[in-house]
Amino acid sequence: MNKIANKQVICDVLLEEAKNDKDIVVLCSDSRGSASLTEFANTHPDQFVEVGVAEQNLVSISAGLASCGKKPFAASPACFLSMRSAEQIKVDVAYSNTNVKLLGISGGISYGALGMTHHSTNDIAVMASIPNMRVYIPSDRFQTEKLIRALLKDEKPAFIRVGRNPVEDVYSEGNVPFEMDKATILQQGNDITLIACGELVIEAKRAGEKLKEKGINARVIDMYCIKPMDREAVVKAAKETKGIITIEEHTRFGGMGSMVSQIVAAQVPNTRVVNLALPDTPVITGKSKEVFKHYGLDSDGIVKSVLEMMKNGQ
Amino acid sequence: MIDLKIKAYELRKDIVTLIYNAGCGHIGGDLSVIDILVVLYYKHLNCSPETIDHPDRDRFVLSKGHAAEALYCVLADRGFFPKSDLDNYSGFKSKYIGHPNNEVNGIEVNTGSLGHGLSVAVGMAIAGKMDNKDYRVYTVLGDGELDEGSIWEGVMAASHYQLDNLTAIVDRNNLQITGWTKDVMSQDRLEDRWAAFGWYVITIPGNDVDAIDRAIEKAKNIKGKPTVIIANTIKGCGVSFMENQAGWHHRVPNDEEYAKAMEELEAKLEKLRRVS
Ligand SMILES: [Mg+2]
Repeated sequence: MNKIANKQVICDVLLEEAKNDKDIVVLCSDSRGSASLTEFANTHPDQFVEVGVAEQNLVSISAGLASCGKKPFAASPACFLSMRSAEQIKVDVAYSNTNVKLLGISGGISYGALGMTHHSTNDIAVMASIPNMRVYIPSDRFQTEKLIRALLKDEKPAFIRVGRNPVEDVYSEGNVPFEMDKATILQQGNDITLIACGELVIEAKRAGEKLKEKGINARVIDMYCIKPMDREAVVKAAKETKGIITIEEHTRFGGMGSMVSQIVAAQVPNTRVVNLALPDTPVITGKSKEVFKHYGLDSDGIVKSVLEMMKNGQ
Repeated sequence: MIDLKIKAYELRKDIVTLIYNAGCGHIGGDLSVIDILVVLYYKHLNCSPETIDHPDRDRFVLSKGHAAEALYCVLADRGFFPKSDLDNYSGFKSKYIGHPNNEVNGIEVNTGSLGHGLSVAVGMAIAGKMDNKDYRVYTVLGDGELDEGSIWEGVMAASHYQLDNLTAIVDRNNLQITGWTKDVMSQDRLEDRWAAFGWYVITIPGNDVDAIDRAIEKAKNIKGKPTVIIANTIKGCGVSFMENQAGWHHRVPNDEEYAKAMEELEAKLEKLRRVS
């Protein structure tokens, strides 16, 4: 397993790009260490702004920089960035349409034993509901790199969530299919569809392989682009397979699964959608893998849900 | 050189008329802040309809966004857009809405949610420092707005980064929507608060264009720290029955009140024109 966290990849890309683009600015809220951006701060001190433990200020200052032509990347734990500065994101970034890239680090439940204060299990719901805000959750280091490079080319707001710890590779060197705002199909199949995002993509991929051994051909989709969601891929899956299971590290309300369900209900209402997500209660303590397993979000849990869905005749 | 006092009173008439016609607006705060906006836009800001996107232009952020009518009237008069654009102010499909909208020519960022503008201005000032630009950044805050905790995050950062290219002006009219600031949330020793955070503080009579002019000029020469101008203003300034009345925060004048307000403003204008 690789030992590079997605957030480290972001730092590496920004480190490199900032050499040639003096407008790239990284901002942290006493979070450079946790964001793996210390090296950036040390290498490009003139392109780094520390705001202290002040997430609201982090976002508004970023918006001010962007309005003057800078390309700010504001990095803070996803929990605080998405909730404490939601108001600043709504007004100063999304509504004012400033080119601010919001890096929600250590997202989902990756803070483990630090508890619910540090989990961001509502960030998709909050960010996606804001007009003009885009939401991305890349699955592994390869996709993260492609995504950040793509985002460097546009001038629109975006929220990007990455986890705290290194994650297993979904893709491999030289084999990273990526088209901006298009979901990546990891495995073709016409029996059932698994749509996952972020760290759970590897579990969905694995579930797809396990199902194949059982003679079930699952279509596995990496929906890193939560908003704008790849509607075409969703509709196609709903039409061509017998049911959809969504898997995400987020509360079950207002997340990626809700958005998939909304599309399917409107366009292919006969296809069933089941949302696998975190419960509407404080999440139990544990390492990500343990917690995923507990809530049936790991590959075995996904396989179980698929078998249940198929048994129910859909 | 235009007479700023006369300009401020002419624009008061525009503001009162705009609000009377539209049936909405924050008339009290508009009339308290208008002298500050006039001095900025007719004397100090190097920003005009021609330099609207120029990277070296001075930046202005109306953090107390509810005084949008005052800003729109100033921008229209300065030629950023035709005055007739305001005929549909706050009407169906209008982009001229009750809080500054950056789809309007001359408006940098959207404001209206209190407590954001100062931090946005801090970002603009940091960008200026990074690029070695000479432009200055100005923001106007309400005194009720200072209740917002986020303001003090911005105050801290501006001082930390020694943003001497940033001037904040507090429209200190001692009132907010509910009543006197001292009763809602006291802001006593306001100067000490800003000074303790490392700002250079200037206190002035805030509806006096000469005093505003001098303070803004002075701020340009303060180095190594940001400057705040505490402008002691009168909410509703210029219309006797609106002055110092919390009730006029966003009340709309009826026909009789409108006529009386215009009469008072015209009388004041005549007096000013006679002396000038
Ligand atoms: Mg006030």
